[in-house]
Amino acid sequence: MILKANWKYNLCWLILMVAGFYLMNTLILVGVINSFLENMMVTIGINIILAVGLNLVIGFAGQFSLGHAGFMAVGAYATAIIISKTPTAGAFYGSIIVGVIVAIVAALVVGIPTLRLRGDYLAIATMGAAEIIRIIINNLKITNGPSGMFNIPQFATWPVIYIMACVTTLIIVNFIHSRGGRAALAVREDEIAADSMGINVFKWKLAAFVLGAATAAVAGSMQASYLQTIAPSNFNIMESIAILIIVVLGGVGSITGSFVAAGILGVVDAALQSFGALRMVIYALVLILIMIFKPSGIMGATELSFKRLFNRKNKKQESGC
Amino acid sequence: MTTLLNVEELVKNFGGLTAVSDVNMHLNDDELVALIGPNGAGKTTLFNLLTGVIGPSSGSITFRGTDGTISLNGMKAYKIANLGMARTFQNIRLFKELSVLDNVLIAMTAHYKEGFFQSVFRLPKFYKTESQIRKEAIELLKIFDLQNDLDKLAKNLPYGIQRRLEIVRGLAMKPKVLFLDEPAAGMNPEETADLTRLIRQVQRDFHITVLLIEHDMSLVMNLASRIYVLDHGSLLAEGTPTEIQQNKAVIKAYLGEEA
Amino acid sequence: MTTLFQQLINGLSLGSIYALLALGYTMVYGIIKLINFAHGDIYMLGAFWGYYTINYWHFNFIFALLSAMVVCAASGVIIEYFAYRPLRHAPRITALITAIGVSYFLENGMSYLYGADTRDFPQVIKQVNYSLWGVRVSNIQILILATACLLMILLQLIIKKTKMGRAMRAVSVDPDAAELVGININQTISFTFALGSSMAGAAGVLIGLYYNSIDPLMGMTPGIKAFVAAVVGGIGSVPGASLGGFLIGLLETAVQSVGLSAYKDAAVYLVLIIILLVLPSGIFGKNVKEKV
Repeated sequence: MILKANWKYNLCWLILMVAGFYLMNTLILVGVINSFLENMMVTIGINIILAVGLNLVIGFAGQFSLGHAGFMAVGAYATAIIISKTPTAGAFYGSIIVGVIVAIVAALVVGIPTLRLRGDYLAIATMGAAEIIRIIINNLKITNGPSGMFNIPQFATWPVIYIMACVTTLIIVNFIHSRGGRAALAVREDEIAADSMGINVFKWKLAAFVLGAATAAVAGSMQASYLQTIAPSNFNIMESIAILIIVVLGGVGSITGSFVAAGILGVVDAALQSFGALRMVIYALVLILIMIFKPSGIMGATELSFKRLFNRKNKKQESGC
Repeated sequence: MTTLLNVEELVKNFGGLTAVSDVNMHLNDDELVALIGPNGAGKTTLFNLLTGVIGPSSGSITFRGTDGTISLNGMKAYKIANLGMARTFQNIRLFKELSVLDNVLIAMTAHYKEGFFQSVFRLPKFYKTESQIRKEAIELLKIFDLQNDLDKLAKNLPYGIQRRLEIVRGLAMKPKVLFLDEPAAGMNPEETADLTRLIRQVQRDFHITVLLIEHDMSLVMNLASRIYVLDHGSLLAEGTPTEIQQNKAVIKAYLGEEA
Repeated sequence: MTTLFQQLINGLSLGSIYALLALGYTMVYGIIKLINFAHGDIYMLGAFWGYYTINYWHFNFIFALLSAMVVCAASGVIIEYFAYRPLRHAPRITALITAIGVSYFLENGMSYLYGADTRDFPQVIKQVNYSLWGVRVSNIQILILATACLLMILLQLIIKKTKMGRAMRAVSVDPDAAELVGININQTISFTFALGSSMAGAAGVLIGLYYNSIDPLMGMTPGIKAFVAAVVGGIGSVPGASLGGFLIGLLETAVQSVGLSAYKDAAVYLVLIIILLVLPSGIFGKNVKEKV
């Protein structure tokens, strides 16, 4: 029954994704999207992967993590190191998997002790953990230390990043709407009640944290291979904060919001390029003003849903009859 | 009738304060027992001990599970819950921002499996499990007349309905024992009468053991087959409603409080 | 032994700067539960104020320090009024993002107005080194330590002995109840920001004197470290913030002295995580358990 009811919505999402791809492809072919705009789109795509993953941890499992950039760094360096040695497409895809695995291990090492902490204490501990990861990378030989890595082969072209953004979002959204996602939501809502419902609170916190970290690693791999240069300073606290800003600006607990905010910030950032030093001042003011006038973020906690769109239409027709 | 849950010499100290001292009690299969006592007698603390929210200072709690009798001392709350102990809370703890249906589905978490890959790649098996589990949840909600509120957020339900949903959520765990912590708190007489019927119906239809904390004496005397009276952390009396009503120590404890 | 004492002196000097900064974090967090990310930038403002007043208005040290404290107190109050007050009842994470926005605004605003380059802080007090049993102590180190300790004692007196201090403590425990007994919440919060920011301003001038160089982004790292110090000490606790500041300062210099300066920040964060695992609310923090 559910299978039949759902194929319609699933098809809608598929059509939307394919249409987006062809639109982008056509716009590039006819030259509307030049390399500057392509770069902007790719940045938005990578930020979507990052923000959706962080939103899972913060918005859905309710765990305030400030260490997302650390896991991103793991993916970025895994890819950079592997494809600098073996520049083949196979090695590139392999490196994404390696990055994800290392990030999962790192997330377990970080999460198992720190996820016992709450709220701001957790935030500061995860931030510290991410900084430790970055400082280790900063001091290793294989990562070329503080100067970073250059001339990384470019396998992550825009179509690869587009598909990766779609796939990671699907994985996370599908996770949220399943047994595990519901357990995570219960943990966010009320740990004591969840516990008394037989839910292993710690396990599901950790699951969401690890899944978020894994997607961050994917984003890191994409960034390393698209930009072709990375340095440890790309993954500092400010980067974690930048991802957090997207999540909060879009609406904590709204995946649609993360998309919208990543898009808006990407465009604003590109548009402000010509403002030079004033750029960050304007950006800061915009940020403060949006937060003051829209404290729950652009989307609040609501989502774009084909199901709701259809239902609304059906209801209208019913009332019309 | 056999003993399902057995409590012996249970003690809980908070620093220098003894909240529960030397409590002995037992719950049998398929019965409705009430726990009464003046405010601050330690009733909720006892509930928290039985459900593993806090650990006892000394004494033992044993539970007859499917594979023999096990000790619950030091066991984590979620494990105790999964043995078949469900509860409601004195100050309703629903998942407020989630829908009525999700509240019930979450309580069923331990009763079904969905593999990670099944879920995230939406394999056919996932839809099968989901539709099965939803059907079960909706059927349960139907019994309690909540089938029209599936998509409503729990926080938007009227107070009395929230209490009812909390009981449904407990039942969704397919418990052997259901602990109800002051289910009639804040209800008017009419709502209380409804609730009394509901609790009786639940106990009868689901064949479970219910342990009820309640201040409303008419509700307790109507429902319970046995009553435990707790005062200052220790058991004052145990017996049938008639026995308790005539017990001098109980009358004194209550009048002492009322006066 | 001598090196140990040498490192102790260096660590205490650095630690007193962290402690002064941590006090602001801890007081603001205690009263409105906000990680005031812009706090480190107030410290930067203090340093720049000192730089300009000493260079162009020829202030002496004491005057520069006191005026920096006043100016920073005013900036703290203004920031709270415009950026945080409208969000008092918004989700806490929103206020946090606003604080980050204010931090970006101050950092980049200063860079835009005065340039992003590093400047030499005027040596308003000539550095004199004393040698005590082989341990080298400069007059500036002594000045930093003494000023920091004096300010911390003063702060403790204000919080414990004055009416405003009592109001601060009341609001941090229960703002609604405090309002019911006639405490002006807005005034109290403003006062808290003023106190915390003035400490940061003093720290800014002192660090300028100590390290001899300032720039618009100088508040970022010490700001985060001071916040770590506040958390280690138990956020919300004033003695905790002082202790945490000194601990972090000592730890950093210790790691540096054994030749691991590349890992000094990592060591700070590692200690932070370990302390939180043992004491989830820091050294002097109260662990509040939820009642069921």
